[in-house]
Amino acid sequence: MTALPPKFERWFSSKGWTAHPHQTGMLSRAADPALLLIAPTGGGKTLAGFLPSLAELADGTHQGLHTLYISPLKALAADIARNLSTPINDMDLPIRVEDRTGDTPASRKKRQRADPPHILLTTPESLALLLSYEDAGRTFAGLSRVIVDEIHALAESKRGDQLMLCLARLQSLRPNLRRVGLSATVEDPGAIAHYLARHPDPCEILHADPGPDPDIQMLETKEFPPWSGGGAKYAIPAVLEQIRQHRTTLIFHNTRAQAEIFFHNLWHANSENLPIGIHHGSLAREQRAKVEAAMVAGKLRAIVCTGSLDLGIDWGDVDLVIQVGAPKNVKRLVQRIGRANHRYNAPSKALLVPANRFEVVECVAALQAAKEHDLDGDPRGPGPRDVLCQHILIAACAGPFEAEALYREFRTTGDFCDLGRDEFDACLDFAATGGYALRAYDRWQRLQQRADGLWQLRDPRLAQKIRMNIGTIQDSDTLAVRLKNRRGGKPLGEVEESFAATLTPGDTFVIGGQVVRYEALREMTVQVSKAPGRKPKFAVFSGTKFATSTQLSQRILRMFQQESWPELPDHTTQWLALQRKVSKLPQPGRLLIESFPHDGRQHICVYGFAGRNAMQTLGLLLTQRMEAEGLHPLGFVSTDYATLIWGLDQITDPTPLLQPALLRDGFETWLSGNAVMKRTFRTSATIAGLIERKTFQGKRSGRQATFSSDILYDTLSKYDPDHLMLKITRQEAMKGLVDFGRIEEMLARTAGRTDHVILDRISPLAAPLFLEIGKVPVEGAATERLLKEEADRLMEAAGLA
Amino acid sequence: MNGCEFNFCGEMLAALPTGALWWQSRQILTVSDLHLGKSERIARRGGTLLPPYETQETLSRLEADIAATNPRTVICLGDSFDDLAAAHAARSDVSDWIDRLQAGRNWVWIEGNHDPGPLGFGGTHRFQVNHTPLTFRHIAEPDSSGEISGHFHPKATLHTRGRAISRPAFLFDEARVILPAYGTYTGGLRTTDKALNALMKPDAQAILTGTTMCQIPMRRGQVKRSSTSAR
Repeated sequence: MTALPPKFERWFSSKGWTAHPHQTGMLSRAADPALLLIAPTGGGKTLAGFLPSLAELADGTHQGLHTLYISPLKALAADIARNLSTPINDMDLPIRVEDRTGDTPASRKKRQRADPPHILLTTPESLALLLSYEDAGRTFAGLSRVIVDEIHALAESKRGDQLMLCLARLQSLRPNLRRVGLSATVEDPGAIAHYLARHPDPCEILHADPGPDPDIQMLETKEFPPWSGGGAKYAIPAVLEQIRQHRTTLIFHNTRAQAEIFFHNLWHANSENLPIGIHHGSLAREQRAKVEAAMVAGKLRAIVCTGSLDLGIDWGDVDLVIQVGAPKNVKRLVQRIGRANHRYNAPSKALLVPANRFEVVECVAALQAAKEHDLDGDPRGPGPRDVLCQHILIAACAGPFEAEALYREFRTTGDFCDLGRDEFDACLDFAATGGYALRAYDRWQRLQQRADGLWQLRDPRLAQKIRMNIGTIQDSDTLAVRLKNRRGGKPLGEVEESFAATLTPGDTFVIGGQVVRYEALREMTVQVSKAPGRKPKFAVFSGTKFATSTQLSQRILRMFQQESWPELPDHTTQWLALQRKVSKLPQPGRLLIESFPHDGRQHICVYGFAGRNAMQTLGLLLTQRMEAEGLHPLGFVSTDYATLIWGLDQITDPTPLLQPALLRDGFETWLSGNAVMKRTFRTSATIAGLIERKTFQGKRSGRQATFSSDILYDTLSKYDPDHLMLKITRQEAMKGLVDFGRIEEMLARTAGRTDHVILDRISPLAAPLFLEIGKVPVEGAATERLLKEEADRLMEAAGLA
Repeated sequence: MNGCEFNFCGEMLAALPTGALWWQSRQILTVSDLHLGKSERIARRGGTLLPPYETQETLSRLEADIAATNPRTVICLGDSFDDLAAAHAARSDVSDWIDRLQAGRNWVWIEGNHDPGPLGFGGTHRFQVNHTPLTFRHIAEPDSSGEISGHFHPKATLHTRGRAISRPAFLFDEARVILPAYGTYTGGLRTTDKALNALMKPDAQAILTGTTMCQIPMRRGQVKRSSTSAR
């Protein structure tokens, strides 16, 4: 074991600290080509990652950039810069640290390319952008180490795939580059190591002491959780009491809308005016920055937040984490709980607040799983090729490239190590010519092969456009919300375009914790005025919707089979008993379906327990079959455990609709025409560079109106059904939003054993579905009927009929 | 003919589901804003390489409308091509196709802001054309009457039970009809836009295109008070 350099030893003792074994472990293995550190939050993980860099830079001889630090959040990069300044200043180390994100001024960015600091803190997108410049080789000369923080979070998204392609590029520039990954507790460290390594090289894993088990409880409330809904309003007094008893409380929600609703209600009940803030990804940057600053300064007693605070920013003295709503995924719960008590070796304290009675069951199941260290996770699929297409364009921006060399470089990443040359060539052809069967763009190719075989941009000016499109984060379907006034208005945040489209002037919704009234839509901005005291029509901006993991779903189904439920509160026990009495409780090996009329419509509810995305797909498949059979479905909504479908006609026998062979047959033809595919297409086509981000967002100059990506999808499906973009869309949809794999799992598990219960009214277990957000309309005969009815009504009202 | 008929200046006109306008008594079929060659123009100007099939798709729909109505005259109300270079660069199969459509009938290309010059195809090329009592031109003029125009790509939104449905739409009042864009790669301008509000009278109506054509009062933007200065 390598001891700390004396200077560092003295610094640690001056602080009264002893270096953790994993911190010295990182030093002794500093020469490893790739190393993954798994440590709980608060374990000095980041310092462990930086110690070798600080030690190597301490003598002041290194020229240029030494260490590149990548984090998923801009805020995290800024936070780390602050934290590193302490040891650097204390030990008077000759080290320059700078961050570089989308918020960095252009002048400094330009200077950083020519004269980089020793340690550069950045995000995957900013790194991709840096690599797209012709002078990338000069910028990264001297680079020795790259640290990927919160690698478990990055590995879950396309941002992570892009990052690994960037690391492959860096490794080509700097063959001796060493890679370090810092990860929270995960279920499969080997998968993250494979993802981090330069393929086929190995990547060792260093495990820090996981520390004591967290102290997780259900929050005790006087009021019962409601039958349905996601607001958890009933828990407000108990939550306020907890805020009073603790220094700083983080209150996590699964969606932005829920966070907004909860914050709104909390604020109304906050008679003592405790300083409480809200933080989520839909808020305007200015708003978020204010909350972050107040938090760091210790001025807030609580923050209502979403996944935007999931990652390891040091928010100061958090001593309690409250999770509102079912955590959906045990691993995420454990990671969130780790945010409380940033002192190592002290147990983190957390409370779970189910938003409704179903979630009581899910929370208890998650709590048991966390205690048993039963983490959940899904295997990584092959890398997404839309990201590959973008990366080919980025490579072309940096200068002429050789196809074979780029292909070999891509194959050094874990996600693309099995990429076939034919697949690569298809992506290259797409980037160059659009890849259409109709070779229309031979004159206007984006990339051209020169006489010497290298590929380059047809027109160097294209680089600017390609750079504007870099990144894999999709925010294309949101509109800015601003307070209406003469100066253009204060930005409040963003809402989804589909939500904005349903607003009529006078409607109210909550954003940034205040109720606002919709006034007008102008130049892609939603103009609102303040409407204090009004009852809001809640915003449907969805935030991230996680699917409940297979493991957790199975736990819940097993719990349902118990005779009684001593571990559950009385109200929930009574509710489950009532469901058992008037209908049935779902069983692991059977599929429960209920039919009932409600509010003038006929409903069927299918308890598939396959997770939100698969249940959504099931809803689309079933309504499509109902449409084909003339059963007039109007729409459906899916949760993690059930799909509720409503329509004009009663379904007497749902079994034929659910025949596996027919579902599978229908799946293929159905897949090409549905809304989920179109949404996935829009995402993938934007990443791959087929659609410019600006096309959908930002300035629309006068009448030059844009057209919907759905038109591109329909046209391509009709005229070029084998096109690469459609293949990519299919692959991505199967992985994420469609999740047909879990439908297969459900069909295998229930094997045709269906229980159909016909009721004369809504069942206790179906009730929560009625208040779910994200209802999906079915475009079919029923729509046309509604359209006609509404048009007739309007004409009559206007005296024109 | 499957469409939505309305009376305009004493003439019965039919708005077709595709966005074409059919004047039965004169056997005139009018389409607006075909924007042929749009993907080619975008690629030429260094934009993205969109699926190059929109010309084919637009002409297929036009061919079907022509087959269904067998018009004596076809009027293309301008912006038929996304620009003049796109018209001149049109592949021979496109130009043959247009020749076939034109055979045996009058064909009028109205100038648009995107294609303000001769296109190099058969048919006549005009700034505007009169068929009393109607006048056909690309962009509506404020004080005209009996006017058929395009240019704005209007689209209308209908709010039904919990659902907003947006479709390209015809707009009409006593003085003018504005056609929706017929081309495949065309977006729409909301009827609440101030340009459309200024042109259309308060009692204007919209006809939504699509399978179920429906006629509704045109939804307007907010009335602006004079104190609110436009940014």
